[in-house]
Amino acid sequence: MTQPVNQAEIHQAILEQQKADDRKRLMANGVLLLLLLVAPFLMYPVFLMKILCFALFAVAFNLLFGFTGLLSFGHAAFLAAGGYTTGYLLSNMPGLTTEVGILAGTLVATLLGLAFALISIRRQGIYFAMVTLALAQLVFFFFVQSEFTGGEDGMHGIPRGELFGLISLDNNLNMYYFVLTVFIACYFLVQRVVGSPFGQVLKAIKQNEPRAVSLGYKVDRYKVLAFVISAALAGLAGSMKSVVFQLASLNDAHWHMSGEVILMTLVGGMGTLLGPVVGATFVVNVEYQLSQGPLRDWVDPILGGVFVLTVLAFRSGIVGEIQKFMKKNLG
Amino acid sequence: MSEQYVLETRNLVKEFKGFVAVDDVNLKIRKGDIHALIGPNGAGKTTVFNLLTKFLIPTRGQILYKGEDITSLKSAAIARKGVVRSFQISAVFPHMTALENIRVALQTFEGNSFSFWQSGARLNKLNERAMELLDAVGLTSFANTTTVELAYGRKRALELATTLAMEPEILLLDEPTQGMGSEDVDRVVELVRSAAKGRTVLMVEHNLSVVSKLCDRITVLAQGAVLTEGDYETVSADPRVREVYMGTDGSGERGAADTNPASAEAAQ
Repeated sequence: MTQPVNQAEIHQAILEQQKADDRKRLMANGVLLLLLLVAPFLMYPVFLMKILCFALFAVAFNLLFGFTGLLSFGHAAFLAAGGYTTGYLLSNMPGLTTEVGILAGTLVATLLGLAFALISIRRQGIYFAMVTLALAQLVFFFFVQSEFTGGEDGMHGIPRGELFGLISLDNNLNMYYFVLTVFIACYFLVQRVVGSPFGQVLKAIKQNEPRAVSLGYKVDRYKVLAFVISAALAGLAGSMKSVVFQLASLNDAHWHMSGEVILMTLVGGMGTLLGPVVGATFVVNVEYQLSQGPLRDWVDPILGGVFVLTVLAFRSGIVGEIQKFMKKNLG
Repeated sequence: MSEQYVLETRNLVKEFKGFVAVDDVNLKIRKGDIHALIGPNGAGKTTVFNLLTKFLIPTRGQILYKGEDITSLKSAAIARKGVVRSFQISAVFPHMTALENIRVALQTFEGNSFSFWQSGARLNKLNERAMELLDAVGLTSFANTTTVELAYGRKRALELATTLAMEPEILLLDEPTQGMGSEDVDRVVELVRSAAKGRTVLMVEHNLSVVSKLCDRITVLAQGAVLTEGDYETVSADPRVREVYMGTDGSGERGAADTNPASAEAAQ
């Protein structure tokens, strides 16, 4: 069954396309980086940091939802676990440098993620979402009841401290570039994960799980690892957020937050790398702009409308639709 | 027991809440055979497949692979041992290219599938073997095509190539020609024939002309139990086989044309 085509030539073409895709991605990343580097001179840095923290949260969530096909409805638990842990440590241990506090928060979220994953991973679809939601509600209840979180009042006045004991993070620009560095590192990590041999298996599981099993993959283990990485990054986002705002509150643990990250990811474009970043930027901006104007009581209905519109008409999200358009019109 | 049989079931039973889907089935698949599992709809053929690959858990009975009891192994472990299945509905990864589909199978044995920190470029070393496998099923020129865009027959060819990438000792094919036009059927017959070289194949198949062309041995299932077994001539001459296919109560009207051996032969 020989074909009148040359195997080697086709293979060469595939490799060249891979390289071209890499170049394109590098360029897009470069543009994004440049924008983020100059942004604090054009906009208020704390607002930008808010966007970056939520963007990281959404990127983390998307690794699980967009690239593994698992819809967690409990990611608020990791955001809050990171935030509270970091906030508590920095408030109560004066000698602690900021990065250690953030790492500790991330670690707690990672372990919590492992626990969530081991309990929920064997459930499919809506049952998986419900189990993660139930677990996150338990965590919420724990935070409400605990003394150290400040209950309904939240945790205030968390000191930003000094990075490595050297650089004062009370300066907003210093803080911004620290948050940016962490964000970029995580963004590249997720990009790497998605493209890695592990990422290929995740893709396979998402697209046809029984087939992945029949090819010899113990799919549950891959899902657990994806879940844990996602929870770790979500925790890191929460840790940084508590340092930036010097505040950790129940809002972060509430199921609203789990819903909001789904909204960000869908609006931006699930399963794309940039989508959750764009989605988080969009949602944070809409919330902020609306809350300044006469429509301040209408934020939730308007975001709800955006959600419905996305699901009905723009299922690929902002980035996904742009990608589709470019593919169609520019080859 | 003997090495002569690659796959064997002993008194295999599957019950679903009071319904016996597979009833005391003893299968013996000889090494090197192309063995067909046929029977009317609802006879339990696909259930047997799901039991053999542990997509379902047997209620009772044993499964032996090369004399070794594999009843307690999980699906993924069975696949790694060399018992690899295909599915009734074409099982591909739709949003990957044909080449990537094959690479997922080859990657199983690379041992770096948990390496989330490694570059995906590491997988490029699998390309050569993947291209060979694509070539074997005539898909070379579609290597870089996203699978969802392939025609149905090509998807099935890709699925077969992916299954072969696992270097299985025994291939379990669940209705490889289902839903195909006659040209595609002929292609698949050729593909299965070449894939079966040096391997054992167990296939569920409705198309009896395919069975007659390919298979060395045939087991007929009816209502979850083995009705009869033998080569094509023996089985097709058995009046009980005709009875379960054609039905005496008028329930056998489905696919009479393609399941009745005589008319399948005549249609060629």
